[in-house]
Amino acid sequence: MSMTGRLGATLRGMIARPSGAIGVALVAAHVVLALVSPWIAPYDFKAVSAAMILDPPNAAHWLGTDQLGRDVLTRTIMGGRQAMLVTLIATPVAVAWGGMLGIHLGLVGGRLDDVVMRIVDAFLSLPWILKMLLMIVTFGAGIGVLVPVLAFFYGIPVIRIARAATHGVVARDFVLAARARGHGRFSIIRRELLPNVLDALLVEGAMRWSWMLLAFSSLSFLGFGVSPPTPDWGLMIADARSFMAIAPWAGFAPVLALSSLIIGINLAADALAKTLGVDRAAASAH
Amino acid sequence: MLRLILRRLALGLLTVALVSAMIFAAVEALPGDACTAILQRDASGQRLDNCRRELGIDRPALPRYLEWAAGAVRGDLGVSAHNGKPISTLVGDRLKNTLLLAACSLALGVPLAIGLGILTGLRRDGAADIAISTATIFAMTIPEFVSATVLIFVFSIWLGWVPGIVTASASSPASAFFPGIVLPMVVLTMVMTAHILRTVRSSVIEVLASDYVQMAILKGVPYRRLVLRHVLPNALLPAINVIALTIAWLLGGVVVVEKVFNYPGLGNYMIDSISDRDLPVVQAIALILAAVYVGVNLAADMLGMLLNPRFRTLRSRAR
Repeated sequence: MSMTGRLGATLRGMIARPSGAIGVALVAAHVVLALVSPWIAPYDFKAVSAAMILDPPNAAHWLGTDQLGRDVLTRTIMGGRQAMLVTLIATPVAVAWGGMLGIHLGLVGGRLDDVVMRIVDAFLSLPWILKMLLMIVTFGAGIGVLVPVLAFFYGIPVIRIARAATHGVVARDFVLAARARGHGRFSIIRRELLPNVLDALLVEGAMRWSWMLLAFSSLSFLGFGVSPPTPDWGLMIADARSFMAIAPWAGFAPVLALSSLIIGINLAADALAKTLGVDRAAASAH
Repeated sequence: MLRLILRRLALGLLTVALVSAMIFAAVEALPGDACTAILQRDASGQRLDNCRRELGIDRPALPRYLEWAAGAVRGDLGVSAHNGKPISTLVGDRLKNTLLLAACSLALGVPLAIGLGILTGLRRDGAADIAISTATIFAMTIPEFVSATVLIFVFSIWLGWVPGIVTASASSPASAFFPGIVLPMVVLTMVMTAHILRTVRSSVIEVLASDYVQMAILKGVPYRRLVLRHVLPNALLPAINVIALTIAWLLGGVVVVEKVFNYPGLGNYMIDSISDRDLPVVQAIALILAAVYVGVNLAADMLGMLLNPRFRTLRSRAR
């Protein structure tokens, strides 16, 4: 089957499940919104107004205003852009390097495999937030730092998944046949192993995306991510917490936006795993 | 069997040693050191050199690492760059508070998760299963700071049942953290329960479909006995590893939750220390978290091996 044909079949399989359809719709809506929001936003995201501080929702400001009098609707629909940009660059990079290294280790094995897997275990035994914070203290915050840092750390668990998936096929006849035909290591990886490991990597990638969004918004919430006045859900929720008793609307919208995106990704990932026949339990450990 | 246990133990120790080297190297790479943190704006020229000589950080990294590692083994984690107090006492109080929070969440979450997991597994696709499984997805995916914020809004601001923030200091007795500990505990329990429940549910379903359970049904074993004797012992084994993984997750999740609720635990202290560039404290906390992680996984593996005869031979090269 051609590449596009297979893509279409997979997508149809995902949408065939109600939860998958909801997930795909949520993700698609968020991606479209992130792309077009600067043009459809009703106000300037950084326009402050002393006259409209913490105004409740009204005809001019549908979702009210925040503690600086900025429009909550504008900031909410634009608040996912940074998170999406960072995670949508970092996810493919993480899956690519972790996947290639994992497949390689699964094929080669031996001393290299032992050493790398020890290092992987050591990395995985540190809480994600500690690793992220150490990097941010060293290199500073901002997108230029977060993309490589996320891509690096979230590629490490992918090594394990790819290695395990490779172990599942490496002893099969078609790999042995390729070896017997005298194919080189990279030819075997590209033609025999990668096509068989790809499904597991795709599902893992969807999961990594969701974990990265969680990490990114948590860091923003803690004040280590996006810097103001850039609109970001994590940052908006952190700001709104202080005024929760008098202006719950300022936090309500970003909470809903972030939650709907992450749940959407997870529903879609679930449907993807079921459509491709990948055991998601293997991919659930972070 | 003994060889297997010793092997796992050695691998665990090796991992902790590797982590300690990585932490040390990472903190070495950070701009600034303990002396720039102590002296702050005066950190230049002669005073900086003197301070570095006094603390011994003018020496090469390798002997300092070995000294630090040897001290850590004896329980001496050095002194805080911030106030010069020994880290073991500073961290000790916070570790105790974090353990209190973790223990409360585990005591609530593990029985709840196992109970609900069995229930949903046995009544697959029933109304309760669908409701609980949907709630599970929410609990597993929503970031902790979001669920924490929502819970504070509902239970502390709207209903006014429990405080939304902990005001007790780090050295207060455990009783001082009630009732402020309730909401952070609920947030952690929700996520934990979801992860464990999912595993228990799918493993109950798997065991129910197995040949020996089908055989027992055909033999006419009463339902109650079937569940208690045939299904549960086999279905609960995988839960041990997930509980271990969940405790490991707890260590990371607890950082955010402690910050949100201002709970004076290890995670909150770590974030403060990173902001203050109190590097010896950061090193110490990172090492403790890593050691706990490795220890918990090790304990789970051993428990699994002890409880399951099949593990004793099969698992020798599993991880």
